[in-house]
Amino acid sequence: MIEVNGLTRYYGDHPAVQDVSFSIADNEIVGFLGLNGAGKSTTLKVLAGLILPSAGTVHIAGVDALEAPDSLRERIGFLPEEPPLYREMTVAEFLSFCGQLKGMSGARVRSRLPEVYKICDIGHVSKRVISELSHGYRKRVGIAQAIIHDPDLVILDEPISGLDPVQIVEMRRVITGLKSSCTVLVSSHILSEISQTCDRILVLNNGRLVAEGTEEELAARQVGGGRVALELRGELAAVRAALDAFEGVSKVQADAAPDRLVRASASLDGDNREALVAHLVSAGVGVREIRDAEAELEQIFLDLTQRADATTQQQALQQGDT
Amino acid sequence: MRGMLLIARRELMAYVNSIWGYVVVVGVLVLNGLFFNAFAVTSRPRVSSDVLEDFFYYSSGFITVGGILLSMRLLAEERQTGTMNLLDSSPLSDAQIVGGKFLSAFLFLSGMTLMTLYMPALIFVNGKVSLGHIAAGYTGLLLAGAAAVAIGTFGSSLVRSQLVAIVIGAFFLVFSALSWMLGRVVDPPMDDLVPYLSIYDAHFIQTFAKGRINTEDVIYYLSVTFVFLLLSTRVLSSRRWK
Repeated sequence: MIEVNGLTRYYGDHPAVQDVSFSIADNEIVGFLGLNGAGKSTTLKVLAGLILPSAGTVHIAGVDALEAPDSLRERIGFLPEEPPLYREMTVAEFLSFCGQLKGMSGARVRSRLPEVYKICDIGHVSKRVISELSHGYRKRVGIAQAIIHDPDLVILDEPISGLDPVQIVEMRRVITGLKSSCTVLVSSHILSEISQTCDRILVLNNGRLVAEGTEEELAARQVGGGRVALELRGELAAVRAALDAFEGVSKVQADAAPDRLVRASASLDGDNREALVAHLVSAGVGVREIRDAEAELEQIFLDLTQRADATTQQQALQQGDT
Repeated sequence: MRGMLLIARRELMAYVNSIWGYVVVVGVLVLNGLFFNAFAVTSRPRVSSDVLEDFFYYSSGFITVGGILLSMRLLAEERQTGTMNLLDSSPLSDAQIVGGKFLSAFLFLSGMTLMTLYMPALIFVNGKVSLGHIAAGYTGLLLAGAAAVAIGTFGSSLVRSQLVAIVIGAFFLVFSALSWMLGRVVDPPMDDLVPYLSIYDAHFIQTFAKGRINTEDVIYYLSVTFVFLLLSTRVLSSRRWK
């Protein structure tokens, strides 16, 4: 569906995106995760045909973004962070205009509108002027304009920014509902949002793609044996001391529970669980359970970006030495 | 073509639904009427064709200023409000976007220009002027208006601020208005070229306002319009590379 190879985009001398490559299959919801300035919006703008890449290629459904940009834009729906709305128009007028702008006939727009109203749940405000709508409804109208022409790819840049919790739940429902008819690209710096709506995650850091995969795959890629969860019996201080004393354990967290139970988690440098269990038992700590911890997306993201930053610094130092 | 007409229709509706369009129309019509009464008709007896010539003289200024005021928002406002993203992500060429914007402002300006017809009609009823003189004058007004809208569109394509867009458009109009003076203080061959570039003096006041249509002047106005629309398209296209 989407093939991106060596995508690079400069703003002046500053590289906003560098050598980014990925591919996305049909009917996938893929999340772009990254801090502000990581290159998410730039990548999405290139995919939406708003700006041209400095280098690299973008193919969407076999169409080259550089060779046939108009044909490409017919297949794409784009919602920027701030929905592009003509506020003096009613919702129905605006969506009709957008549909025709995308090359649809008036009759086709009229037949498509009820479906779009249903997907975005905006039928009851279709006669209202957009300037009178709340921020949440404006976002929904923004999505409606992006899908009015039944595109192959929908690109949503920070779709939940500025929404209240109820609106976020509604927006999540709308986004996941799009999956049945098209591929969806969502960018966000809100980790929980990406975690809950996306099938796959692309992590950008300083304009480079540092990791991609499902949340589980990214967790599995963490250093060494990964993070383990432990259920132990003993005094909290003694348990903590025993864990700290074991070499090859870091980032220890331990909390007391009833009946002298302690629930702990720790990162292992290698697959040395047997040695850890033997060490804890010899220290007088009862080991009731040891298992893989479900890594939080926040932790995965921090690890990935910190590792990418460390690699970049190391390369810079090596270049300095030579 | 369809995309261009679609944008033109939406923009026309935006003029009709916004206060700004009415402010410009009322401002231009009131000032044009006042100048017509005070400086063209006057209280002393005058030859009808001179009155009509003076009417076209003042109208050319008001219509071109109106053209700049109407066109200042065309592209700057889209950038300011973020709706440019909607047009950019649509399968429309930059020429279609600029063409649609220009067409809407020009049609609105043309409607405003035709609203001044009551003044030549008064001269026609109460004096002795030919319909050809009136038709030639209005042809010139519409051509000068088109050039002004194209200049305003160019100014609007350069910046986000509508105020700065006006300043850019006003610069070209002030240059045109003062070019006959500039022509006196510069050396040859610029002394011929500078006044020639004015959208008022050489190409309107000496010909259209007097009831004459010169092919050279028609080509001049069409060229100015084309060049500034082409420049606007180029500026719009450049943002995809910046």
